[in-house]
Amino acid sequence: MSNQALPRPRFDAPDPERETKAALKIEARTAPLLQGKVSEIPDAVFGWAMRLCGIAVVAVLGLIVYQLLIGSSLSWHAFGFKFFGQSDWNPVEDQYGALPFIYGTLVSSLLSLLIAVPLAVGVAVFITEISPARFRGALSFTTELLAAIPSVVYGLWAIFVLVPILRLYVQPFLGKTLGWTGFFSGPPYGIGMLAAGVILAIMVIPIISSITREVLTVVPQHQREAVLALGATRWEMIRMGVLRNARAGIVGAIILGLGRALGETMAVTMVIGNRPEIAKSLFAPGYTMASVLANEFTEATGDLYLSALIEIGLALFFVTIVVNALARLMVWSVTRGQPAKSLV
Amino acid sequence: MNFNSAAELATPGVPQVVIPPMSWRRRFTDKAMTAVAALTVILVLLPLFAIFAYLVYKGIGSINLAFLTQTPKPVGEPGGGMANAIVGSMVILAIASVIGVPLGIGAGIFLSEYGRNRYGDIVRFVSDVLNGVPSIVIGIVAYGLVVMRQKHFSALAGGVALAIMMIPTIARTTEQMLLLVPQAIREAAYGLGVSRWRTTLSITLRTAISGVITGVMLAFARVAGETAPLLFTAFGNQFWNWKSDQPTAALSLQIFTYAISPFDEWHRQAWAGALVLIVLIVGAVSAVRIAVKHGTLSGA
Repeated sequence: MSNQALPRPRFDAPDPERETKAALKIEARTAPLLQGKVSEIPDAVFGWAMRLCGIAVVAVLGLIVYQLLIGSSLSWHAFGFKFFGQSDWNPVEDQYGALPFIYGTLVSSLLSLLIAVPLAVGVAVFITEISPARFRGALSFTTELLAAIPSVVYGLWAIFVLVPILRLYVQPFLGKTLGWTGFFSGPPYGIGMLAAGVILAIMVIPIISSITREVLTVVPQHQREAVLALGATRWEMIRMGVLRNARAGIVGAIILGLGRALGETMAVTMVIGNRPEIAKSLFAPGYTMASVLANEFTEATGDLYLSALIEIGLALFFVTIVVNALARLMVWSVTRGQPAKSLV
Repeated sequence: MNFNSAAELATPGVPQVVIPPMSWRRRFTDKAMTAVAALTVILVLLPLFAIFAYLVYKGIGSINLAFLTQTPKPVGEPGGGMANAIVGSMVILAIASVIGVPLGIGAGIFLSEYGRNRYGDIVRFVSDVLNGVPSIVIGIVAYGLVVMRQKHFSALAGGVALAIMMIPTIARTTEQMLLLVPQAIREAAYGLGVSRWRTTLSITLRTAISGVITGVMLAFARVAGETAPLLFTAFGNQFWNWKSDQPTAALSLQIFTYAISPFDEWHRQAWAGALVLIVLIVGAVSAVRIAVKHGTLSGA
């Protein structure tokens, strides 16, 4: 085939080369591959099929919002904003208030962060800055294994191992030493807010530490070298050269962990005690938004009951979305556009 | 050469800088913080080993042929097993994969091949948001979508819930893997006159297939142990069920029911179930990994 783009001298006579049999044969073979027209329709079909898959992702989110809004409208009309301020949860009298669940979700999540953050950041710092290079891979793989354990298995372990330990050793000790604060008073059941906080902490540690690790590794090497050159010890280098530069990213990692803790259902349901009460003591049983859904959704008999539960789901949905969006922005501000690796 | 003091090193005429010896406090803080960091690693790995050790210790003793072949016995009768739950889990996961994997990979292809623009950014953001939606909320949605319409709990509803959870993970990992394929390879295919869809499927996707499959397995492993979205979609069942529109048992649901029950026999079975669940997940993931590395897909 001649190249039409190049200016060619015009010949009156037919191009002798084109006339030969061999040239015709080659052209016959290559022409279908080189002519775009043949494949335009399948290309368009495929392109739109893939776009449809992309649209489906957005549609799923739309569907989630739609289902939650429709499902919760009855409760919304009955209680309005008071729903989130009332602490009365009484299916028998059809009175529903979400406050104890919101309180339980917040307290258990914050408690878990209180435990998890120092540990997770410590692990991330150890792996990226202190540990010998050959242990790095093995250590990060092992900590991330924690994320692969199903939630229900955590719950099972918590019921039969963690709760007895808390009841027999940790809670009596805390009660004796810190009981006067009021946070650690009351009978040590084992089951309760404290157990939920501890098991949640174990579950969010891999998330926080893996993202923190990612953030720490993008801190430029010359920052470390500069601080070391000024005579800093390794810890001073970590504190001033690494942690300070990665601050925003670490906060993002913590908030992502918070997002996971807020929505975590099974393990918490199994150990928190499931009582819709607001108690100051962390030894007391509580209830979270996710747990009440897990426990009562299939048993909800009345329409209003079901609707109130769906409204709790809606609230949980919005809170986690806001928390996650915030976290992603903060992680993104450090890793500069490299998307955070898929979060298990 | 030996210098006994800093004074001997000094060049005449150049003002001398005396670096004070490092204070013991700074040295101590350095050592202490290193120790603290090492301690956190130990504290984090401790529960991991404790969980695995307990799982094996408690689980192995309770796994026997009956556990793997029989349905649950009523309370008080010893024996029985979780065979129906194991099969039920597989059915639900198969339904989830059939719905979720093509959609997820399709969305991933869209993001990397067609979505380097504003629309792609929207889909990218939405799939990240979806990734953060609590699983129990997705259960509510599947309840409204499938259970309310069918009027009863079903394996299909459970599959739909899990599929929704798989899609964002698969989409984002597929995208990342396809983006790793050099643009030159695509251009080489175009240069040979291969059409765009053929290039995407036979060249780009095929080059990145092992990474894509790893992403799929990641998503699979993530949903395989999920319990919350199955509570009011698959619901659970004490008997065999072969219909996709009937309540179906799942391993994770059975573990939950047995764990919160007051019966020792059921606790024992919960541990065994948990061990089987983990072995199944790890087994499925490594089987696919091995297939990708050495098997029929290795040329890909």
